[in-house]
Amino acid sequence: MSKMKTITYREALKSAIREALQKDERVFLMGEDVGHYGGAFAVSKGLLKEFGPGRIMDVPLSESGFTGAGIGAALAGMRPIVEIMTVNFSLLAMDQIINNAATLLHMSGGQLNVPVVIRMGCGIGRQLAAQHSHSWEPFYAHVPGINVLAVGTHEDARGMLLTALESPDPVILFEYTSMLNLEAEIIEDAGAVDICKAKVRREGIDLSLITYGTGVYKSLEAAEVLSKDGMDIEVIDLRVLRPLDEETFLTSIAKTHKALVVEDAWKSVSISSEISARIMEKAFFELDLPVERLCGVEVPIPYPKHLEDASVPQVQDIVEKVRKILKP
Amino acid sequence: MISFKMPSLGADMEDGTLVEWRKQPGDLLKRGDIIADVDTQKGLIEIEFFGEGILEKHLVAEGEKIPVGTVMALIRGESDEITEEIPQENIPDQEKMVEPAKVEEGKIKVPVASPQKAGGERVRISPLAKKIAEAHQLDISKISGTGPDGAIVKADIDKCLREGQEKKAKAKTDPIVTEPRYEPESKLAIPESEAIRKAVAAAMSRSNQDIPHYYLEKRIDFSKAMLWLKEANKERSVQQRLLPVALMIKAVAKALDDVPDLNAVWEDGLERKNEINIGFVVSLRTGGIMLPAILNADTLSVDGIMERLNDLIPRARAFKLRSSELSKSTFTITSIGEGGADKVYGVIYPPQVGIVGFGEIRDEAIVAEGMIGIKPVVDVTLAADHRATDGLIGSKFLASLNKYLQNPENL
Amino acid sequence: MNEESIKNTIFQLLKRIAPEHDPSTLMPDENIREALNIDSFDALQFIVAISEKLNVDIPEEDYGKTATLKSLMAYLQQKMKS
Repeated sequence: MSKMKTITYREALKSAIREALQKDERVFLMGEDVGHYGGAFAVSKGLLKEFGPGRIMDVPLSESGFTGAGIGAALAGMRPIVEIMTVNFSLLAMDQIINNAATLLHMSGGQLNVPVVIRMGCGIGRQLAAQHSHSWEPFYAHVPGINVLAVGTHEDARGMLLTALESPDPVILFEYTSMLNLEAEIIEDAGAVDICKAKVRREGIDLSLITYGTGVYKSLEAAEVLSKDGMDIEVIDLRVLRPLDEETFLTSIAKTHKALVVEDAWKSVSISSEISARIMEKAFFELDLPVERLCGVEVPIPYPKHLEDASVPQVQDIVEKVRKILKP
Repeated sequence: MISFKMPSLGADMEDGTLVEWRKQPGDLLKRGDIIADVDTQKGLIEIEFFGEGILEKHLVAEGEKIPVGTVMALIRGESDEITEEIPQENIPDQEKMVEPAKVEEGKIKVPVASPQKAGGERVRISPLAKKIAEAHQLDISKISGTGPDGAIVKADIDKCLREGQEKKAKAKTDPIVTEPRYEPESKLAIPESEAIRKAVAAAMSRSNQDIPHYYLEKRIDFSKAMLWLKEANKERSVQQRLLPVALMIKAVAKALDDVPDLNAVWEDGLERKNEINIGFVVSLRTGGIMLPAILNADTLSVDGIMERLNDLIPRARAFKLRSSELSKSTFTITSIGEGGADKVYGVIYPPQVGIVGFGEIRDEAIVAEGMIGIKPVVDVTLAADHRATDGLIGSKFLASLNKYLQNPENL
Repeated sequence: MNEESIKNTIFQLLKRIAPEHDPSTLMPDENIREALNIDSFDALQFIVAISEKLNVDIPEEDYGKTATLKSLMAYLQQKMKS
């Protein structure tokens, strides 16, 4: 058994970037304030000094422009890591991401791969108000041609970027800013992880709790609480939002016959909608209860702390929901 | 417990809508009681029950459309005390089972787990629980659910199965439950001619797609029959006069008795029928056809058949047939009548295996005993299902039919 | 019973058998069964109905005399007189 170490989510992300820069000359980081300022959330603090301005690149406030430049660099053979400070600003870069990154392989008849990795800070819980608290995972997961990853654990914060950089196609990483200071134990020599499978984070037989991003730790915590009531909950971290790994959650449903999908994103036309539909299509006769969902309340995310907390599923919400499902 | 099912009123009927329950749980049912009104493509039908017992539960709600063969109600018969003592294999207890219904005629497919529950509510059951229940042939209408809003979930099925195992350990016998014959009676409301057209289209398409027809024809000297009819009608009041078709029907019924392979249905095999019920094609003035049956035509006299026709044809045209008259025919006759075509080649009404067609009775020059004479003749055709019979059988049938029509006094 | 009421009775009965036709458009020499598309069964029903309504006996050999409106009227009037 490897030795464990305690690490924050931020440190895990940073050590992944550092390892990537060390391993591959073609890798460089570009984004707003990633250099001199050390990153809006201090993820890249100190990297400029370590790797120099050629590899840690501050860019103007122009998401469309620098994301396009990153895509161009990827086309030219580099392995850029484009940091979009927060997912909210990625709306400005969507044309580049969807019309170029996602489609060029197809438009060029398979000649042009776009090996760009785009990291986006995201999530709710830091009182950044409606314009800085979006959950755009469903938007991106809608688009064929890109891989969409939700970094829901420290292990994945440490490992997903490395594998993403090896992908010949564009990868978007959703990193959750509310988790940056969160500490967790990971194995000392943690490194690259797969970016194609969902993971069973906790095994159980009574209900499949399917989630991603910030929902993972919340669900694990809820499962702990519920276990004291004798409810044995399986927690599945989707990790890869596109292409979805159906096998893992369908296998789980075949065991538990009940499913609750948890996410921060608004309920309508969300990841949970898709999961629910796939369960219905492919595991209908395994279901013993209707698939349930716990999602973000469909309002612009409020600024006040208590309202912000109320707008997305919290541990207690998950506990109560599961109780209601299993012990009506 | 008797499972009362949605009857089939012909090959073209797939489902029916329960319009009204005429009997309520607790009601004593006796032979011939009308249990429910059901709306079908062919109109509103009163369904009769031909057993005895007490109506235990409705399993279908009024207004619900259900496929043929769906269990509509459970009826507690006299023999239920006995069946309770004989639990069936893998059946939890007397309440939890669906009787493997032994249907008197044909093989009506019965959905094992009825989707309906007492009081006319739909049974709420999870897909998983339903799957397990079906695998174990459990009657879910008898299981109470503990899931959301009383839905049956896996735990309820598991419990039911556990109880069943205990019961099974005590006794084990073959199921002996027979379903009493139902003979639904019906009145038909006036359906739209479009519905009739659709029903005809469906049945005839199916026939032509599925049934490899072979055709035979024979010219039958009708002079003796006409002579006999003329004499017979002299003695009869105008109300009792006979039409040639009555004679034809009787002759066909007798010929079928000689060649029983044609009085049958084909359902993955030839299945002979005991009763000879002659379906008779009645064309409607608004277009389309009805096929009322003359039940047990072989046992009726020619006058008896004419009486049935006098009753049936106007009712068929007014859409006032009973379901037994619509569903029970075992063979079909189509007759062109006067002023029409010389010959008619029928399309078999599935799952029957034959249809005989009578052309117009007309005078022709025919050779008999070395002489050419002018005689009334009728060209008779047989269309038969080649899966079920071969030409030899069909030929025998026409020969037999001819024999009877040459001796009308014996019919 | 006068000619008019006999005619009305005939029309009434024909209307019952062939409701989609207007029997008053029948030509006197037109074959009723052909014009109104009446089959042998309905023809018999018609004979039965008319004999009951007008209380006349129509033997089978006289069926030929009932083919057109004109011949039927004549036949019935003659029958009712006797």
